[in-house]
Amino acid sequence: MKALIHLRDLVKEYHRGEESLRVLDGLSLDIAEGEFVALMGPSGSGKSTLLNLLGGLDRATSGELTIGGLAIGELPDAVLARWRADHVGFIFQMYNLLPVLSAERNVELPLLLTDLPAAERRRRARAALDLVGLEHRMTHRPNELSGGQQQRVGIARAIVTDPTLLLCDEPTGDLDRKSGDEILDLLQELNREHGKTILMVTHDPRAAERATRQLHLDKGVLQAEVR
Amino acid sequence: MPFTRIVRYLPLLWASLRRRRVRTTFTIGSIFIAFLMYALAGAMNHAFEQGVQQAGVDRLMVQQKVSFILPLPASYLNRVKSVDGIERVSSANWIGGYLKDAREQIPTFPIHAEEYLDMYPELLLSRGERQAFLDDRTGFLVGRAVADAYGWKLGDVVPLKSSIYRRKDGTNVWNLTIRGIFDMRDEGDSRQLLFHYEYFNETLSDSQKDRLGWIMVQVKDPSQADAVGHRIDALFANSPAETKTQTERAMAQGFMKQIGSIGTILGAVVSAVFFTMLLVSANTMAQSVRERTSEIGVLKTLGFGNTTILSLVLAESVLITAIGGLLGMGAAWFLGLQLGTALKTYLPGFEVDPVTLVKGLVWVVALGLAAGAWPAVQAMRLKIVDALRRG
Repeated sequence: MKALIHLRDLVKEYHRGEESLRVLDGLSLDIAEGEFVALMGPSGSGKSTLLNLLGGLDRATSGELTIGGLAIGELPDAVLARWRADHVGFIFQMYNLLPVLSAERNVELPLLLTDLPAAERRRRARAALDLVGLEHRMTHRPNELSGGQQQRVGIARAIVTDPTLLLCDEPTGDLDRKSGDEILDLLQELNREHGKTILMVTHDPRAAERATRQLHLDKGVLQAEVR
Repeated sequence: MPFTRIVRYLPLLWASLRRRRVRTTFTIGSIFIAFLMYALAGAMNHAFEQGVQQAGVDRLMVQQKVSFILPLPASYLNRVKSVDGIERVSSANWIGGYLKDAREQIPTFPIHAEEYLDMYPELLLSRGERQAFLDDRTGFLVGRAVADAYGWKLGDVVPLKSSIYRRKDGTNVWNLTIRGIFDMRDEGDSRQLLFHYEYFNETLSDSQKDRLGWIMVQVKDPSQADAVGHRIDALFANSPAETKTQTERAMAQGFMKQIGSIGTILGAVVSAVFFTMLLVSANTMAQSVRERTSEIGVLKTLGFGNTTILSLVLAESVLITAIGGLLGMGAAWFLGLQLGTALKTYLPGFEVDPVTLVKGLVWVVALGLAAGAWPAVQAMRLKIVDALRRG
């Protein structure tokens, strides 16, 4: 299977005054299209930083990073934003839904950047909500939904543009076990039945077991890999 | 961002406004008041300027050089008439006319009637009424606005009083018969009373006789108006009552300059209100953007570019200004309709005109953009990683 994500000698350093902190230290990694990868490691190991780099939210200090053959670190901001909209779906630990919008409007948000007419945007948003089992709650605002339901809305928002890659930052970290399991079921379904490539940061070994591949990161270096 | 894009973001913008309803309501309220005042000041200005617009270009006004309020000797009328380039001459006096209460004055002018009526074709009067007025020395003409206000009709005898002049018998009352009711062309100010100078002058005490407030001159060739004016003033140079001759429009503008200080004060007040409104709106937008740092980070994560974020914040700012501004100008327009009718007698032309509304729309957009500029730039510059971390 060809590599969707290709990293070579990736370095990310943060600077504060004269002090320099190397968060990723020469990371090399390939992730194939259709893989479900769990990324584990202690706090400060560089998991979220890696996720940010892969999602084009931040730029590496040095090294090679290509996704789908595209060196995203070299793209101008505007092009990178467009690339994110087209190819990446983000799922956050705290859901990060807009509280003033209904579930349907939240899911529709990424489609506002497309040229789709309003009716088609609505249709796709409802289809995404249907896929996560929440079509009946589409008019509800986030504060009217449980944590698990909010995360499902977050997933629907992430998949509504049919992206190649889903980046999940501790998607079950704020959920009870039952809701967490349901979210993991959903991610597995998206991976197996819809072919989404998923990279999931998690602290939870049970969640990591759902992935097809587990990576352990410590101090910015890849420590171990379980397939 | 094209307009069609803005339209698709309207639900998002609208939802943002409803996030802090009380704050949004107060902000819109302050914008409402600012634009209400702006439009009402515009209506006031429109009323002031109407007199200038109605002033003729072929008419000159001759007044005492020292001051408008000092009278001219009546003998000047014939001397002015002899100046080259003049078509006809009339005169008028300000007598401080009123009916019962001297504080409620009606513009009342004794005139050289026939010449006056020929000189002012914008004064619309039927041929029969004109003749009836010219034939009756104690008759007078009433503007439609005054007749309507007092319910007068032709043939009514009205005891008109003067706060300035006295009759020979010591009274200040002239019983005049209404011989005509006139309108002004283009719905101009018809709040006037006109009667015969000859009759008025005959009745005056000796000390107040033979005075003219000012002389109106119609020139044969409007392009020669300045030259004629100079000739008139030269005629009375070095006399005890030197003259100052200017076009009617210039005189109206000079008069407006005195009243104009009201307009200046109104303008200053409106400017101060606009500035305060700008601070309130800018503060609202800055707070709103600060509260939504995390959400802006999420939008950027989803692919909203920096330009789109900048445009969204600016659009939200313009939207909030537009709601308050349009409501304010709408209310002013409605008030203008109501007050315009009520004030027709005292302040004709009081209306929110289209020019004021169009300028108001430009102000709405400009103030909206100005209020949102800094928060929009801050939102645009926000780094995604920092924004998400702060959330």
